[in-house]
Amino acid sequence: MGMNRRHFLGLMGALTATPLLPARADAAESKQLLHLFGDLPPPSQVQRVLAAGAPAGVLVYTLAPETLLGWPMSMQGEKSRVVPEAYRNLPYLGRLAGRGSTMPLEKLLALKPDVIIDVGTVDDTYLSAAKRVHQQTGIPYLLVDGSLEDSPQQLQDVGQLLGVPDRAAKLATYAEKTLGVIDTMPANRPSVYLARGPKGLETGLPGSINTEVIALAGGRNAVQVESGGNLAQVSLEQLLHWQPDMIVTQSAGFFELAQSAAAWQHLPAIKNRQCYLLPEAPFGWLDGPPSVNRLVGINWLANKLQNPGSRRSDTKLWADKAADFYQLFYGTRPGIDIFAGQTVRL
Amino acid sequence: MRMKPADRRFHWSFLILFLMVVVIAALAIGQYTLAPSAVLKALLAPAIALPDTSSDAGIVIWNLRLPRIAAGLLVGAALAAAGTAYQGMFRNPLVSPDILGVSAGAGLGASLAILLGLSLPFVQGLAFAGGLIAVGTVYWVSGLVRRHDPILVLVLSGVAVGTLFGAGISLIKVLADPSVQLPSITFWLLGGLNGASREDLMLALPLVLAGLVPMILLRWHVNLLALADEEAAALGVDVHKLRRILIVAATLMTAAAVSIAGIVGWVGLVIPHVARLIAGSEFSRLLPTSILLGAGFLVIADTLARSVASIELPLGILTALVGAPAFIWLLARTGRSG
Repeated sequence: MGMNRRHFLGLMGALTATPLLPARADAAESKQLLHLFGDLPPPSQVQRVLAAGAPAGVLVYTLAPETLLGWPMSMQGEKSRVVPEAYRNLPYLGRLAGRGSTMPLEKLLALKPDVIIDVGTVDDTYLSAAKRVHQQTGIPYLLVDGSLEDSPQQLQDVGQLLGVPDRAAKLATYAEKTLGVIDTMPANRPSVYLARGPKGLETGLPGSINTEVIALAGGRNAVQVESGGNLAQVSLEQLLHWQPDMIVTQSAGFFELAQSAAAWQHLPAIKNRQCYLLPEAPFGWLDGPPSVNRLVGINWLANKLQNPGSRRSDTKLWADKAADFYQLFYGTRPGIDIFAGQTVRL
Repeated sequence: MRMKPADRRFHWSFLILFLMVVVIAALAIGQYTLAPSAVLKALLAPAIALPDTSSDAGIVIWNLRLPRIAAGLLVGAALAAAGTAYQGMFRNPLVSPDILGVSAGAGLGASLAILLGLSLPFVQGLAFAGGLIAVGTVYWVSGLVRRHDPILVLVLSGVAVGTLFGAGISLIKVLADPSVQLPSITFWLLGGLNGASREDLMLALPLVLAGLVPMILLRWHVNLLALADEEAAALGVDVHKLRRILIVAATLMTAAAVSIAGIVGWVGLVIPHVARLIAGSEFSRLLPTSILLGAGFLVIADTLARSVASIELPLGILTALVGAPAFIWLLARTGRSG
């Protein structure tokens, strides 16, 4: 640790946190989302970006995939075959997350990134971990704060820094339009249950990052719990009591269970065929990772809440709309089979 | 230590009464508010052929609470019985059913299934298989070492293999998707009976019975394991064979219980002690006492898990929260009177 400490002391005086000024013109209105440790090179010289976690990986990939050094999460397997081969085959680098890091700092140095970017709700733990990495490596570290609601600004701000303001503006427009759907929702909001895990009995509590899609699509979280928190387990008895109008999931195992297990058949949402299995390729529509990939989920859910029922024509329509999103954000237009195959039910 | 027949009758009727009270209370308590009369009506509906089983009360009682209570009874009984057998076999009161690595193995199997995104039957199947593999490995490893005390070798191999499998679980946690898979793994490792269904019971019940029957048949022999191996052998017991049968039986039961409930600690460690305080250490009386207490205790813990807060609390936490103070109280009380 002696080496680290000397390094630390040496850098202490020179480098302090210098929050970047918001890049947007309406700076007065926008929130302060960026926290920067170190000095960024000018946008034209940002060629090598290291994403510290999966949400940042998605954000950087949508804005400037050519700058991405590798993936913080594994992109092997069926799930990521949607991503163009050149990007899918980028190395799996692991994540930087304080104690939970799976990337060695030396590997980080060897990669020589121009900037490290992390996205997520920023708290002091994250700030101090980022500061420390910057102090140890001298690489500028950018933390992007905010929830899904802030995604237009996140896209714009990061797009500016990566030197792709035009592309960022396009994506931000899509995001803004998507986030606007909530204004058209009626006052009487249907309740939606997010089923996670193989049993479908893990869920996000109201206000959690996991259920942002439900809230932003104009649904009401079926879970009636006052206390805040993130994920929790519930029981079927509670679900029977809460009577969700709709169940959404990304877990194929649970979806199968919900169709077959006797106990689930008593829920009106299952009886009325209001249980939907959403794609998680290449990134989830509801969750996993919590990044801009969820915008398409908001669009889908808002539409489904306003026009309940599932018709074959809906699936086709959705395959088209989703393909538009994939084209715009992921630079690839998948065939209908990934949205209407056996692995999803939209 | 022998009880008089009257004492014995009192002992069993007390335990059965305890279990009945627990089950009745568990039936009446839950997040879906049902009046006691509605519970009774729903329970009796099939018997008196009321066409009422499709009502909400009927569903809650017959499809949700009863299977869950039955699963609680089964898991509690299995863990307590396995713990009792192991404590007798290892001549050590600090031994719990996961001494030979069954929980670590099951945890690794389940975590792996969740990491691979498999469905629930696979999660349960891999958990069961993982438990058997871990204990099988321990038994195999201990067979390789011949020059030491066999019990000590078994325990040490169990610790080593358990640690190895535990490291595997940690590795999977690091590799898992932190927003989707990691929470599922964590919840599984904390244990819980939410979602327990008749299908689960149908899978676990035969396995638990398959483990229980040899224990009951061999109940007289198990007492002799308290003696040194040579002395037991002199009394005509094939110690190695008996030990092997008991390990297989206890492992089957524990792995089956863990595969439907996740890792539930404390029951298998402490319930045998409580049973010993009540019934003495004679195995033929200790085993059923332990089973009845374990079943009742787990149902109490699970009823709290599903009713105390507005969300489900993990069962593994509840068993410790309820069990530890109760155990300390009992220890202090019996210490005074004895």
